[in-house]
Amino acid sequence: MKLPRAPWTLLRVLSLLLALAGGCATTEDRDPRDPLEPLNRAVFRFNEVLDDAVTKPVATAYRDLLHEQIRGRIRNFFANLGDLWIGVNDVLQGKFFDGFEDGMRFVFNSTFGIFGLHDVASDMGIEKRDEDFGQTLGRWGVGDGPYIVLPILSSSTLRDTAGWGVDIFVGDPVNAFRPIELRNSAYAVRLVNRRADLLDASRILDQAALDKYVFQRDAYLQRRRSQIYDGNAPREPRQRDEEDAPAKEPAKEPAKEPARPPAEEAPAKPR
Amino acid sequence: MKTIISVVLGGLMAGCVVAGAQAQELAPDVLVKNVTTEVVELIAKDKEIRSGSRSKLIQVVEGKVLPHFNFSSMTALAMGQNWSKATPEQKKRLVEEFKTLLVRTYASALAAYSEQRFDFRPLRARPTDTDVTVNVRVIQPGAQPVPIDYSMEKTAAGWKVYDVMVGGVSLVANYRTEFNATVREVGIEGLIRNLQAKNRSLEAAPSAEKK
Repeated sequence: MKLPRAPWTLLRVLSLLLALAGGCATTEDRDPRDPLEPLNRAVFRFNEVLDDAVTKPVATAYRDLLHEQIRGRIRNFFANLGDLWIGVNDVLQGKFFDGFEDGMRFVFNSTFGIFGLHDVASDMGIEKRDEDFGQTLGRWGVGDGPYIVLPILSSSTLRDTAGWGVDIFVGDPVNAFRPIELRNSAYAVRLVNRRADLLDASRILDQAALDKYVFQRDAYLQRRRSQIYDGNAPREPRQRDEEDAPAKEPAKEPAKEPARPPAEEAPAKPR
Repeated sequence: MKTIISVVLGGLMAGCVVAGAQAQELAPDVLVKNVTTEVVELIAKDKEIRSGSRSKLIQVVEGKVLPHFNFSSMTALAMGQNWSKATPEQKKRLVEEFKTLLVRTYASALAAYSEQRFDFRPLRARPTDTDVTVNVRVIQPGAQPVPIDYSMEKTAAGWKVYDVMVGGVSLVANYRTEFNATVREVGIEGLIRNLQAKNRSLEAAPSAEKK
């Protein structure tokens, strides 16, 4: 499959900018996946301050004030709108049956589920999927590119930033909401609802990490790799995969492969 | 009299051995299912835990979950090439601190549990395999199911978990980068100190826990 010209140009411009930004920084002992670490850390700190001051308190209040039932309806509503674009991405990745199912989810949930407020499709056994254009690009063979921390949106990569642009401007039905005030309110509610859902996860991250920046970066990169392979990423080589390695032997650093699309059709899904 | 005692003791010991042998023979997927179900039922029933008792939750994790993890394997994998550079004494302390951190993190994750359903996937492995992955999926309404994969190895004391992958994110791999970076900057002793400080700070602020 070939990409249209415009995204490539965009990618080239972005990568040039990033290369320039990266060139200014010193390069001792840096993670090769994260050449922009100093810049990223600065944005990360900014995001943390903003989150602590605004987003997290608002999301906490939202969670405490609204009953889970209501929050669930709101979550379902936006999830349902998302299913259309998820379906498009499944089709773009050659997963036609999955795309068909995503479309069925949208049809059932929009009608029987009353504008998506109820996820009847899941009850019928059609599971929710998670796709976006960044994953589609990954599937087409586009590598991660450098890790980027975006203001407010946080973890991303060059590829995922480009993908996100397409998600927002092409694939997001909320973008078509009018009047503009309604659209902006919908954006805000969706963001707060999403942050509220992540309150527990972010608390666990705070506890687990020695260096939250590194922990979050690695989790993001691992997660994206897994998503691109739909949960069937090939196991990275590790000590235990070598024949009969005694348990106490030093573990080898796994080779860091760039996320590559599967050579042929994706392996059967574990379901 | 002595013979009676020795017979009783012998019987007890034999009983223990049999029970032990049975535990060892539990298939890894059955083990994961049993432990998960047991722990979830425990925390759902326990009034202290439901009202937010962190120490009780940690107690449950230590009693029910911890015995099924191989922490020295986990620590060795997370340390990567630096493991061989640590002295036996440093290794011991690393395992101890990493274990404490993981138990606390696990307890936090359990505290966030709210009636999600588990879907235990059938194990796809040969009976001769000594290294398997047990797949569990957490089903939640309105969202894609979250896969939790337990990497398990067969040891003399039964199947033990040496890595957990949540949504495709390997815990051990994630710590490996962190540990590597820390050792490069402040050495193995520095890493141990950082882990200790982290654990102490978690101990000091348990009230931040919110159900």
